[in-house]
Amino acid sequence: MPVLFKLKDHFKENQLYINRSIAALIVVGMLLALLLGRLFYLQIYHHATYVTLARNNQVRMISIAPTRGIIFDRNGEVLADNIPDFSLEISPNMVKDIDGLIETLSTIVNISETDIKNFHKQRKYKGRFERIPIRNKLTEKEVAAFSIQKYKFPECDIHANLARYYPHGEAFAHVLGYTGIMSEQDLDEIDQTKYRGTYVIGKYGIEKSYEETLRGTAGYEQVETDARGRKIRNLEEIPPIAGQNIYLSIDSKLQMVAYDALQNFHGAVVAMDIKTGGILALVSKPSFDPNLFVKGIPQEVYTKLQHSKDRPLFNRAIRGQYSPGSTVKPIIALQALDLNIVTPKTIFNDKGYYQLHADGRKYRDWKEEGHGLITVTQALTESSSPFFYFIGDKMGIDKLHDIFVRFGLGTATNIDIEGEATGIAPSPAWKKKTRRQSWFPGETLSTAIGQGYTLVTPVQLACLAASIGTRGQRIQPTLVKATQIGDQALVEKEVKALTPVKIKHEEYWDVVIGAMENVVKSQQGTAYWVNAPRAKFTMAGKTGTVQVFGIKQDEKYEADKVKAHLRDHKWFIAFAPIEDPQIAIAVIIEHNPGSPMVARKVLEAYFAEKSNGQ
Amino acid sequence: MDNNHIVPFKQIYNNDPSNALHRNSLITKLHIDLPMFSCMFLCFLIGLILIYSAKLEFHLVQKQFINFLVAGVLMLIVAQAKPRAYRAWAPALYFSSLAILVLVLIIGDISKGAQRWLDLGLLRFQPAELMKLAVPLMVARTLDEHILPPSPKLLLLSLLYITVPVVLIAIQPDLGTAILVASTGIFVLFFAGISWKLIISLATLCVASTPVLWFVLRDYQRKRILTLLNPELDPLGSGYHIIQSKIAIGSGGFFGKGWLNGTQSHLEFLPERATDFIFAVLGEEFGLLGVVILLMLYMMIMLRGLYIGMRAPDTFSRLLSGSLIMTFFVYLFVNIGMVNGILPVVGIPLPLVSYGGTSLVTVMIGLGMLMSIHTHRTLVRK
Repeated sequence: MPVLFKLKDHFKENQLYINRSIAALIVVGMLLALLLGRLFYLQIYHHATYVTLARNNQVRMISIAPTRGIIFDRNGEVLADNIPDFSLEISPNMVKDIDGLIETLSTIVNISETDIKNFHKQRKYKGRFERIPIRNKLTEKEVAAFSIQKYKFPECDIHANLARYYPHGEAFAHVLGYTGIMSEQDLDEIDQTKYRGTYVIGKYGIEKSYEETLRGTAGYEQVETDARGRKIRNLEEIPPIAGQNIYLSIDSKLQMVAYDALQNFHGAVVAMDIKTGGILALVSKPSFDPNLFVKGIPQEVYTKLQHSKDRPLFNRAIRGQYSPGSTVKPIIALQALDLNIVTPKTIFNDKGYYQLHADGRKYRDWKEEGHGLITVTQALTESSSPFFYFIGDKMGIDKLHDIFVRFGLGTATNIDIEGEATGIAPSPAWKKKTRRQSWFPGETLSTAIGQGYTLVTPVQLACLAASIGTRGQRIQPTLVKATQIGDQALVEKEVKALTPVKIKHEEYWDVVIGAMENVVKSQQGTAYWVNAPRAKFTMAGKTGTVQVFGIKQDEKYEADKVKAHLRDHKWFIAFAPIEDPQIAIAVIIEHNPGSPMVARKVLEAYFAEKSNGQ
Repeated sequence: MDNNHIVPFKQIYNNDPSNALHRNSLITKLHIDLPMFSCMFLCFLIGLILIYSAKLEFHLVQKQFINFLVAGVLMLIVAQAKPRAYRAWAPALYFSSLAILVLVLIIGDISKGAQRWLDLGLLRFQPAELMKLAVPLMVARTLDEHILPPSPKLLLLSLLYITVPVVLIAIQPDLGTAILVASTGIFVLFFAGISWKLIISLATLCVASTPVLWFVLRDYQRKRILTLLNPELDPLGSGYHIIQSKIAIGSGGFFGKGWLNGTQSHLEFLPERATDFIFAVLGEEFGLLGVVILLMLYMMIMLRGLYIGMRAPDTFSRLLSGSLIMTFFVYLFVNIGMVNGILPVVGIPLPLVSYGGTSLVTVMIGLGMLMSIHTHRTLVRK
């Protein structure tokens, strides 16, 4: 017993309970009377009406699924299609000897043990009058073979369904996503009236983000049946309305070039039309075959994909967060020039390291002996770290953070597929909030060379490259270019401009862009080896290195000595042509320095296509 | 021993003819309350008969029987524990359920991009089910520590204990479960003797807040209410369910069409006919007579439950039994009301009858607690 002094309350409380029970019983009695009244009304008073309804007017509603919208690329090439999928179906209520029938059928089309098993399984759960498939995915030959002998099998039918098909398979998986069979959770979240007659729902990528546009509206037919469930006649038919078609800004040729150029490395490519923000190519590797998901992916296959070390289901292009490395140096240089921390003529002595205090820690350059006496242009071209340690130190973290934020780092680009990561634009406030630590001066230095806490996604860097190319204009990246209802004209999506980056001294854009041109043009440039001078177009770019493997202060990074999975990631961002920028690109390759070459291939393909088109 | 205050219990307990403690049978040892168990078992048997008729699949009947065995074992385990133990464990159960609930919500949010519904499918259901038991336990414990009726401060605390899980479940979204969890807690307050004034003003507040609720509801939930008012709005969806189940029940008449003879049930007109809409099969095949028999069994369980509350030795047990048994009524009333077309379609199964293990387990654990309360009364005498 809890507390003894409650003793005197006991009877009172028991009485209270009894009183409340009586009250509850009265309410229960009233509600029961309501139920019984309702049952009496249905079962006795209106009995005759409902008997008639049940016996004669047995109207069945059969829903008709709408056709899902087709997804095209910018040139009208089909990326996601609906293909007929023929299945052979049996109406079990019309058959006496099912096993015999199946045996006869198996002489015409291939029927495996699993097919028979599935058939019997479905028979258990489906209604007696429903047709049940004995074979799915019939080949054309089999359809023809059966059709000739159809007259012998009144109880069998060939049924044409439409199934989603992605002709390019893996190359577009992270853009298009896939449709799949609805899960119970999906069922809870959707408005089921919109999904009559279909079990398909967009699960990932464009298929998910534009589900509403692509789906369409279900139709239905009212069918009168007799008391045994046989169809007597059609009463009414409301046809389904097909989903809208979608035109992506993706250029499938460019996409394929980018996909192939990445070879078997892990990485991502995002190429963007600078004028409209339309994404021209978005590749994440490794990828997966979206066709696997369409008819319901077997659990073991899915688990394997999900737990694979290579993370094929992970969209590196929008979700992959990497240190930007030196790719952010151009905007840091821009900020330093604009704040008059350096001028284009300032000469800095790069000794291969930088110290905050006379005998403090040496923050080192990638080049041990240093770059010597350099200007800001040379510092960008050769990617000198001590130079940026110096301006980072002078500028301070707040000004660094400011320029990152103004170029959209640390916030989502709001590209129109789900799951984008925001990256991080670090600041003392951010560190206080997430790590509960104060900011150290040394961290400002790492931030100034794009290392440290800063994280960016490939799509953010593509936007950044575009913004440098257009001298501060910013446009939201989009994958969908236009939608189309039926055969009607395309409805173009609006281009959405974002707050531009404004600087006081406009002429400094030329300094930064000129330096980025040198990166691929000058012999000292870090991406000179992609051989831009021989290209038919001008371009400006910047490389960046992401350290995967922490090396000690006095050690030197040597790629050959480091194990493959610990080698540096390499960024390359670029835009072209310099005079009138049209395309911006960001490439990252994990554990391999080849990204400038990938960018070069994509840009070449872009301009080759342009000149062919003219 | 100065145990005067316990004498009344002794009297009650000696006068109680159903008290099996003297008989020392197996049933006594297992702490089973025979009257309640018999009614419960009969309901379950009716369920088996209907499940077979609804699906014509014997393996489903077997599966449901296994569900019953599992639920029965859990019920027995629960019945062995003393009410004092529930009281002691209430906060642990409540707060861990709450933690899982929050966790599931967070995971659910993160997994938006990835496809992890399989793992989630299971988890999503469990904490909400647990809450049906955790909430009344927690509220009963809170109130029982002080003199009834509760002070405003305690009342507010109890309302907090109820509201937090209810809101978390409602945004899952699972309105049906949220309603049930809310009623478990509110019934404890009701039996704790909150004033009628408060009850009436709370009810008025609820009615007045309906327009607000309308905006909180998800699209599909609004649709269900609209379809109740006009089933033709969604002739293929929930409107279709209501139309067809009304035809099934109405065509059953007084005696019904007989077992396995329901055309509505067998011609696939009735959706969810083994689970949420199983009452329509009963109405069609066994008529008003069958329905009344089932309702009588339910009423016997209810009366027994209320009686157990009256005989309970302490406030905690009393409040708990009152809440459990009234929630049982809400369960069956909402389900039958929905199938008859007087309440919107909310996914609540018919207790003890519908096919499915989850609801069977929850309901039977609840009844197991009642059995424990009733069969452990003598412990007071020590």
